[in-house]
Amino acid sequence: MKIQTTDVLVIGGGLAGERCAIESATAGHDVTLLSLVPPRRSHSCAAQGGMQAALGNCVKAEGDEPTVHFLDTVRGSDWGADQEVATIFAHEAPVAVRELAHWGVPWTRVRPGKNTYFIKGEKVEIEEPEEKAGLITHRDFGGTAKWRACYASAGTGHAVLYAVDGEVVRLGIRVLDRVEATTLIHEGGRCWGAVSRCLRTGELTAWLAKSTVLATGGHGRIYGQYTTNATINEGAGAVLALETGEVPLGNMEAVQFHPTGLVPSGILVTEGCRGDGGFLLNRDGHRFMVDAEPEKQELASRDVVSRHMMDQIKRGHGVASDFGEHLWLDLRHLGEAHLRTKLREVWDICRDFNGLDPSKAPIPVRPIQHYSMGGVRVNKDGEAYGMHGLYAVGEAACWDLHGFNRLGGNSLAETVVAGRVIGARVAERTAAASLSVSTDVAQSFLADAAKRIALWRDRPTTGGNVYAVRDRVASILNEKVGVFRTGDELEVAVTELEQAQRDIQRVGLRSSGPGVDPELTAAMRIEGMVRLARITAIGALERTESRGAHARTDHPTRDDAHWLNRTLARWDAEADAPRLTYEPVGLLDLPPGDRGYGQTLQKSMEVSIGRYNECAPSEMRAHGALPTDEPMGARMLWGAWKGHEHRPTRPERNE
Amino acid sequence: MSTEMITLETPRRLRFEIFRFNPEDPSSEPHHQTFELDEQPFMTLYIALNRIREEQDPSLQFDFACRSAICGSCGMLVNGRPRLACNTLTRDLGETIRLEPLPVFKLIGDLSVDTGTWFRGMAEQVGGWIEEKAPFQAHAEEERMDADLAQAIYEGERCIECGCCIAGCGVANVNPDFVGAAGLNRIARFMRDPRDARSEDDWFEVVSDENGVFGCIGLMGCHDVCPKELPLLEQYAYLRRKMLGAAREEERT
Ligand SMILES: Cc1cc2nc3c(=O)[nH]c(=O)nc-3n(C[C@H](O)[C@H](O)[C@H](O)COP(=O)(O)OP(=O)(O)OC[C@H]3O[C@@H](n4cnc5c(N)ncnc54)[C@H](O)[C@@H]3O)c2cc1C
Ligand code: SF4
Ligand code: SF4
Ligand code: FES
Repeated sequence: MKIQTTDVLVIGGGLAGERCAIESATAGHDVTLLSLVPPRRSHSCAAQGGMQAALGNCVKAEGDEPTVHFLDTVRGSDWGADQEVATIFAHEAPVAVRELAHWGVPWTRVRPGKNTYFIKGEKVEIEEPEEKAGLITHRDFGGTAKWRACYASAGTGHAVLYAVDGEVVRLGIRVLDRVEATTLIHEGGRCWGAVSRCLRTGELTAWLAKSTVLATGGHGRIYGQYTTNATINEGAGAVLALETGEVPLGNMEAVQFHPTGLVPSGILVTEGCRGDGGFLLNRDGHRFMVDAEPEKQELASRDVVSRHMMDQIKRGHGVASDFGEHLWLDLRHLGEAHLRTKLREVWDICRDFNGLDPSKAPIPVRPIQHYSMGGVRVNKDGEAYGMHGLYAVGEAACWDLHGFNRLGGNSLAETVVAGRVIGARVAERTAAASLSVSTDVAQSFLADAAKRIALWRDRPTTGGNVYAVRDRVASILNEKVGVFRTGDELEVAVTELEQAQRDIQRVGLRSSGPGVDPELTAAMRIEGMVRLARITAIGALERTESRGAHARTDHPTRDDAHWLNRTLARWDAEADAPRLTYEPVGLLDLPPGDRGYGQTLQKSMEVSIGRYNECAPSEMRAHGALPTDEPMGARMLWGAWKGHEHRPTRPERNE
Repeated sequence: MSTEMITLETPRRLRFEIFRFNPEDPSSEPHHQTFELDEQPFMTLYIALNRIREEQDPSLQFDFACRSAICGSCGMLVNGRPRLACNTLTRDLGETIRLEPLPVFKLIGDLSVDTGTWFRGMAEQVGGWIEEKAPFQAHAEEERMDADLAQAIYEGERCIECGCCIAGCGVANVNPDFVGAAGLNRIARFMRDPRDARSEDDWFEVVSDENGVFGCIGLMGCHDVCPKELPLLEQYAYLRRKMLGAAREEERT
């Protein structure tokens, strides 16, 4: 056990954490970055599709600009987003993408002359003009008025992460991989670093830091194997913040499901398959989406498709398998040539993981957890509610540009934009701060961490199995807190999850080998994961409306009169249940209206937008928002959207 | 519908012979331990190893993250050959499956090796980043790049640093400073990039010794084991051409 000091402690080496670390390192601070895995193995590397930034470079992107991106983002969020944050985001995204080009990302470029694209399954030829030759080009993504997603062939996240990590290496930033942050060190509402456990040796270290950044990614793994996320996306950041008893998590019930997770592995099969004309079939080989959505068919919005798929399964039209029921994604009619070129990753995934040839056999798929809109609630400077000196960025955070549904490509863009913007704030604040905490505080947090481990090791070697609890939680969430939800099922889920949490008491460790014991590592995470699961289920039960990805069949209306707000969940010290409160979504500029796709039932606001905006800042303060460097609303571009009114009429396509 | 159902008739009984050693445990000795498991449909080594850990031996160490062949965490020797475990289906293997950690890299425990430190060291050694020609201009249009060139750079960028090529390389196994196929590929990737300020002479300094391009004996043990099918042969030929050109230049001056 030892105590170390550093200026800035960044927990998480994905895109958000690394981009944030660069900002502080460039400002001359001593930065330490902790990660479960070597940074390049973070889940950011798995994103294939693209990163949204309104550069407007190709023909189908003409006339695009940040304000249009802002509009798409707020509509996509079903008005759950903080509109000021969405503004900052949309305006910074082009700079972030160009900076990545400067660092070496091989963005796919505009090829002048005739280009062949697939639009709604049809081959279309478009002439790209000579004067745009060699600029960063775009592809089509869901819920956007323009083609806006910048991409690097089929490996956008990989290419971006390698470029950013290259910068981290060039700057000589201290990166400690195979190190897990296990507790935040804090005192009187001020965070002073974290305790970490080395995943090579098991050694504990207390890191004392002037600023601490959570960049731990999403928490899809609370859904166990039913997620597209990597095994390491277990929500550590949210758990660390929650355990302080002070910091709330925002909108944990907002969970995005992707229609086509491969069965049984859960690996993402890209939406491009349906974009290019793939069919969804039930056990009888019937194209059910044609009946369900005659207009948009397989290309209805992601939440809508997922709901119809689950409906087919519930009505007995699913295909039985050892891994539960599924449906088919049929690409056979697209032909081998198309599949092996334009959909190469899909071809490889089918071959490698299911040993199947998609030109000869349909692909088994089912909707599956994909993205966590919820996370550590922060203000626009990225500082956590109720905890000075603690920041959160990327998927771990609820900065809140995604509201109840994030658009495809907005997540990668968020990681680098937030890394830049919040990273700059962190660097400024760190320069002004001094490490005024006594080592006694660090000692006591270290002692607590050691005791926690000792308590696990002292348990009888019989008892329940930690992996069984994990699997139980996953199946409760997957069955009852899934694509669509009802009050009855959610109530059962809440009760069952409480039981699962009690079951942890009876878990024993069968091994307690020296060094890093993988079973102990899993055991130390389980309590936090069950808490996240409970908050997700309770939040979903309480929110008696449907908004974005939160679809209640018993409350199908989006209710702006009562629910134009953000759920905040705290777990008070010693409490045995979370405490929910609700704050305004932020200042409103674009008034709540029709998204142009998805559900149509709406109940209007009862107060005027003026009134809502008058109350919002003080209410948010009362809910724990810390003061920001610029006052709330300073970055709003009031009414700028009025010149860009549009209604996206195409179906939403997300990656 | 006549499609392949996800069920198997009679499962095979698989025998896994797994290398075990925990350097943190003074009483641990390197050995192989045998586990048996009923095969399940579409079982990958990711699924098999997790089942062994969860059902039979909770202390077993191995690494997976993405489980979709993109993060590079899970390289190991499968029946003696370096490959990714997560995209290896047991049905493509015999009933006895031997699993060992990748050589060259430092052993963390059992099947887990420290590729992260090796690759960070390599990145520092070869300068695996863009040396900028001028500072970034936040509000200027991006520098243009030919679409085909961007594609060619991307081809080299696809390396996932899994270490299979390093483990399969005779030179890397004896010379710890040799950057290996992954390192040579990375150098070629940055040499091709017009955004990088380094000249051929600068690169010559970095790579023209036995730790770099002239250390490679060109027998291509690396090429066949790369799970991402990188054009390692081409990258190596490109580098040799460039470096021999630079060497001749140096002789003349
Ligand atoms: C299959 C897939 C495809 C996707 N495609 C797209 C796309 O095309 N476009 C798009 O915009 N978005 C996409 N997304 C979403 C996007 O990739 C992620 O939201 C984003 O990359 C998250 O980045 P991050 O930096 O926040 O977290 P991550 O990249 O997940 O990094 C988290 C980091 O935290 C570390 N960490 C975690 N816990 C701890 C701890 N306790 N201690 C220390 N370190 C810890 C990990 O080691 C890791 O380094 C996709 C997601 C998936 C799953
Ligand atoms: S060609 Fe042979 S010596 Fe050269 S990197 Fe590949 S395996 Fe090593
Ligand atoms: S070149 Fe291929 S084998 Fe070598 S590290 Fe990269 S991906 Fe792995
Ligand atoms: S687990 Fe990521 S490559 Fe195998």
